[in-house]
Amino acid sequence: MTVPRIRFTFWKVVFLFIMAAGVYCTFLRFFRGLGASTHLSDQFPWGLWIGFDVMCGVMLAAGGFTLATAVEIFHIERFHSIVRPTILTAFLGYLLVCAALMYDLGLPWNIWHPLIMRNPHSVMFEVAWCVMLYTTVLALEFLPIVLERFKLNRALKLMRSLMMILVILGVLLSTLHQSSLGTLYLIMPNKLHPFWWSPLLPVFFFISAIAVGLAMTIFESSMSSKYFGRELELPILRDLGRVLVVVLALYGILRFEDLYHRNVLKLVFVSSYEQRFFLLEMFLSVLIPLGLLLVPKVRESAQGLYLAAVLTLLGFVTNRLNVTITGVENAVGGRYAPKWTEVVITAMFVALGFAIFGLAAKYLPIFPVEKAEDEVLVKPRVAVSEYAVPAHASD
Amino acid sequence: MSKGILYDATLCIGCKMCEQACATENGLPYDDKIAAEDFTSAHKYTTILSKDDKFMRRLCMNCDDPACASVCPVGAMKKTALGPVTYDKSKCMGCRYCMAACPFRVPKYEWEKAIPGVRKCIMCSQRVTAGKQTACAEICPTGATKFGEREELLEEAKKRIHDNPNNYLHHIFGEEEVGGTSVLLISSMPVHLFGYPADLTDRALPMYTYQVLSRIPDFIPLFGTMLGGIYWITHRREEVAEAEAKEKELKGGAQ
Repeated sequence: MTVPRIRFTFWKVVFLFIMAAGVYCTFLRFFRGLGASTHLSDQFPWGLWIGFDVMCGVMLAAGGFTLATAVEIFHIERFHSIVRPTILTAFLGYLLVCAALMYDLGLPWNIWHPLIMRNPHSVMFEVAWCVMLYTTVLALEFLPIVLERFKLNRALKLMRSLMMILVILGVLLSTLHQSSLGTLYLIMPNKLHPFWWSPLLPVFFFISAIAVGLAMTIFESSMSSKYFGRELELPILRDLGRVLVVVLALYGILRFEDLYHRNVLKLVFVSSYEQRFFLLEMFLSVLIPLGLLLVPKVRESAQGLYLAAVLTLLGFVTNRLNVTITGVENAVGGRYAPKWTEVVITAMFVALGFAIFGLAAKYLPIFPVEKAEDEVLVKPRVAVSEYAVPAHASD
Repeated sequence: MSKGILYDATLCIGCKMCEQACATENGLPYDDKIAAEDFTSAHKYTTILSKDDKFMRRLCMNCDDPACASVCPVGAMKKTALGPVTYDKSKCMGCRYCMAACPFRVPKYEWEKAIPGVRKCIMCSQRVTAGKQTACAEICPTGATKFGEREELLEEAKKRIHDNPNNYLHHIFGEEEVGGTSVLLISSMPVHLFGYPADLTDRALPMYTYQVLSRIPDFIPLFGTMLGGIYWITHRREEVAEAEAKEKELKGGAQ
């Protein structure tokens, strides 16, 4: 009889360290207030928690609706095996966004107020409803995975009959929610720098969410194959890479046309604080990934796809931070950099995201059983037990 | 008819009695240190700024179509019929969209409190409702801050500029800006030198978001039908393919 030993790997130690710091910062936030725990001010009412945790959190969860649309609506069966990890990511992403909101809201216990106090003229009202409804839909889309794990076949059958409605509802809500985060900024034509303020903001936020959804799926699959020892579904990722090229190209052209028609293009060539961040964003999000993916050798290789996906993700994270922070700095006359406590809380949510994904992948049927893979790809819904908990689940 | 405030910078002597009266009316502390602060905050809703011998006052403009009220998801900010833009903390959830959206950067936050709220000049709503004038206008010894019907104040501002064209810039700040504001400013110096935003649009800001938001009810049935339709088409195709395959199989078996 041996006492079960917990092995402290490097990442476990990092995780525990971040959690401990996170608990301390949580205490600071809720007992000392926002002033003591952030660098937010009257000049910068929104900072890292809105810019990253909420804006990027929602954006990074976009793989759920992108893949659901491809597989369920457009019926592209060969993507079926990677839908579940994206649903899990989306569900986790939205849960973490909700948690982060509790930190950022000044009076978080009033978070339910939009349910009964309505202002349909407010974009934030729309955002609040989208978050609530889509998180619910994601929970229901995720539920079959849990039901399957515990072999509750009757409930599973019921859920499956509802799936089509859920998927359509989910895509609808996602479309509204992703774009509405851009709509939030339409009311600030005098505050947000013309690189980013545009009447097309909702469209940009929506298209970039699709690009990020695809990039995130490539990233996730690559990570899963590395850390869960799964075989990489390279043919699928190559398909996704091609779609990503088209979406990025569309996005890039639209951004260009928008800058041209608003007479802002000339500012791109004038050195300024905003210009540097704008160029960084455009190179990371569009130009370099497109350049990479247009080379057949890169596009076909696992490493090339991974690199392009990571750059795309970093690029659009830069975009969201530019809209929330860089773009308003000159208008409000100041610079914002997050306080260490803000960074710790954000790091805590990212770490929780990774950890919960890892646990879910270990104990729930997220990935198809490798041996049965060929069969799964051909006929995805034959049997309830097509997905199985990996053998090492009892570790 | 809605009320308003006319601030005439050429009449202001910088005595800051409006600051003091505002603090008293709102139950806020006021001393020499606070008097020296040249920016508004959660404990100072109005401030008198000076450049050489010129003065300028900052306070909430109480817009006719306020961005803060339009963006508030729970309707904590409200434009009242009398003019003031008020705030109800019991509704607020602290998202601070009002602060981000205000073109004049007026709403301020109680960052140091564990249970914080938004703070700003509400044009003495409680006094105005009771038929009184605002505390700042009542105390002003020179008439630089004047309370009254907005339309009448606008006429008076025009008259003052017309009668003394050399004393004023020929512009009434707040007449057209962001669709008009209850507070009107006239002065000999451009207001943006005192931190007011330059090149403001004359369009009411809520229109920018409302023209997108108002289309959502139309968008939902269209997009929903499109998604459902594509689903229906793509899955039908598969059904047909399956049926055909079965048929072939049967024929193959018969031969």
